[in-house]
Amino acid sequence: MTAAGYSIIGVTCVFVATLAIGAYGWRFSRTTSDFFVASRTVRPGLNASAIGGEYLSAASFLGVAGLVLAFGTEMLWYPVGWTAGYLVLLVLVAAPLRRSGAYTLPDFAESRLESLGVRRFSSLLVVAIGWLYLMPQFQGAGLALATTTGTGPWLGGVLVAAVVLVNVLFGGMRSITFVQAFQYWLKLTALLFPVLFMTAVWLGDGGVSPASADVGGPDMSGDEWASPLAGGSEHQLYTTYAIIVATFFGTMGLPHVVVRFYTNPDGAAARRTTLFVLALLGLFYVLPPIYGGLGRLYAPDLISSGRTDTVVLELPARMLGGTTGELLSALTTAGAFAAFLSTSSGLTVAVAGVLSQDVMGRRFRGVRAFQAAAVIAVVVPLGLALLTEGVGVARAVGLAFAFAASTFCPLLVLGIWWRRLTDAGAIAGMLVGGGGAGGAVLATLAGVAPDGWPGALLAQPAAWTVPLAFLTMTVVSLATPRRVPRHASRTMASLHTPEAVQLDRGPLPR
Amino acid sequence: MSDATPRRVRVTSPRTGATRAQRVPAAREIEAQTLLGEVYMTSLLRSQLRLALLALAAVAVLVGGIPLVFWLLPDLSAVEVLAVPLPWLLLAFAVYPLLFATGWLYVRAAERNERDFTDVLDRS
Repeated sequence: MTAAGYSIIGVTCVFVATLAIGAYGWRFSRTTSDFFVASRTVRPGLNASAIGGEYLSAASFLGVAGLVLAFGTEMLWYPVGWTAGYLVLLVLVAAPLRRSGAYTLPDFAESRLESLGVRRFSSLLVVAIGWLYLMPQFQGAGLALATTTGTGPWLGGVLVAAVVLVNVLFGGMRSITFVQAFQYWLKLTALLFPVLFMTAVWLGDGGVSPASADVGGPDMSGDEWASPLAGGSEHQLYTTYAIIVATFFGTMGLPHVVVRFYTNPDGAAARRTTLFVLALLGLFYVLPPIYGGLGRLYAPDLISSGRTDTVVLELPARMLGGTTGELLSALTTAGAFAAFLSTSSGLTVAVAGVLSQDVMGRRFRGVRAFQAAAVIAVVVPLGLALLTEGVGVARAVGLAFAFAASTFCPLLVLGIWWRRLTDAGAIAGMLVGGGGAGGAVLATLAGVAPDGWPGALLAQPAAWTVPLAFLTMTVVSLATPRRVPRHASRTMASLHTPEAVQLDRGPLPR
Repeated sequence: MSDATPRRVRVTSPRTGATRAQRVPAAREIEAQTLLGEVYMTSLLRSQLRLALLALAAVAVLVGGIPLVFWLLPDLSAVEVLAVPLPWLLLAFAVYPLLFATGWLYVRAAERNERDFTDVLDRS
């Protein structure tokens, strides 16, 4: 059998397993609460696996190894930041966010600030970030299927979109939870097994350092590759810290991450779940960089041909050869599709939740509205992915993180810890932060970015847009003291009081 | 303890009802947003925020300090441990246990804060 044959079988198995496990969950999904938040009964262990499965997207599974192979150690800041983002989330928002008792980010904004305007604006941002993040998933799926089986570049995206839609339409969050938990362990296995074999080969060959390999080309000497500072020779320190800020603070603002917290039974469980997630992410992120490092020794031609994103898919076959190598490569391909499916499912649920509540609520109700919204949530980014050339998986995901860090991070942090936040301040801060981050990256993509310092500031905007957003939010809130929500103290009390204390927490929003 | 367990005696007082009526549970104080309730809430909020900032500061120094150290001492990049470059060893492996340990200590301390808070309310 050919290598493409093994890959097709592997990918088909992932699709079938996803639908089968989803179908198992369909039986339990009856109420609106099941569809949105799995009726808040998911335990920390299962929930953490589901969060891990959802969070580890194409950018983590394929992108990290490719970036490390191409640019070296500095790119390790991405996986480190994506994990540390969960620590920041744990420390600043996990338990209070769960206690707020809201379904989505706009729900939180409305109940905390008692303003419909903030709600509408947050809904817009959730949909924007969600689509920005969904697009590269579909594009990545097309790329992966085209690389391994030689089909057209559109087929992978369409297949992933179809499977996601079927599961979300029939099972909502309840069935997605099972599917994503399964996919975390599948992704881990798919990277771990080949690594064991490949490390044995590497040690057998004498275990030389990847930095000692000579791959040619400028800026690619071993020392340059091993340096943990990002960027070329200029503004290294700034660029590195900008990546750190975007990833550390962007995680909490991603709609599909936050929506998961509402599925915990209580605040303490939300914290324990997050801690569990930290462990699972740390376990996973050890693996992709190994592909990047070994790729520098065993597949250096991928760098010059610009196909570094495929190193995870190709390296096992190259290092081991024969049927073993082809089987292991098929395993990593299957894992990649698990990554596309799980992240797209989570994002679809999050975006559909917001769309159905804030855009379609008038005409449809409950489960019907959710299902109609899910179709829109998938079809629009799929169309965009098919029509446009795309900006590259890692680039688009990086943009989403910088954008989330500059908008939702200040809203959540100040909303939870600062009583005097006002709706005017929140909107002003999100406008300034989102406008700055969005504008900067659009300018870079459009190619109008200047050289030198302005160019560095525009390419990685998070280091200045995040503080700016915090500052604007604080200053405008202080300037509008009369707009402090009437029940601010009461809301704050219910966010921070442990569930063991009997409080009248007021009506849940909607 | 002595072997002869004393017989259980029901202790009653005609004034119990009257004294109880004057006590307001602390949770009600918080709900009613009285001055006392605000004091309870502020103290919980402060201790949780201080803990959160402490955890963030630890990460900022231990992880956020890595780029600065390598920028000041670029020669460190060339150091290798068992054929693995030092920056690689730090960022690909050592960081994750550190992050988890920070999170673990934080969760323990945050739950202790909440337990203390609940105990204070129960006692009052």
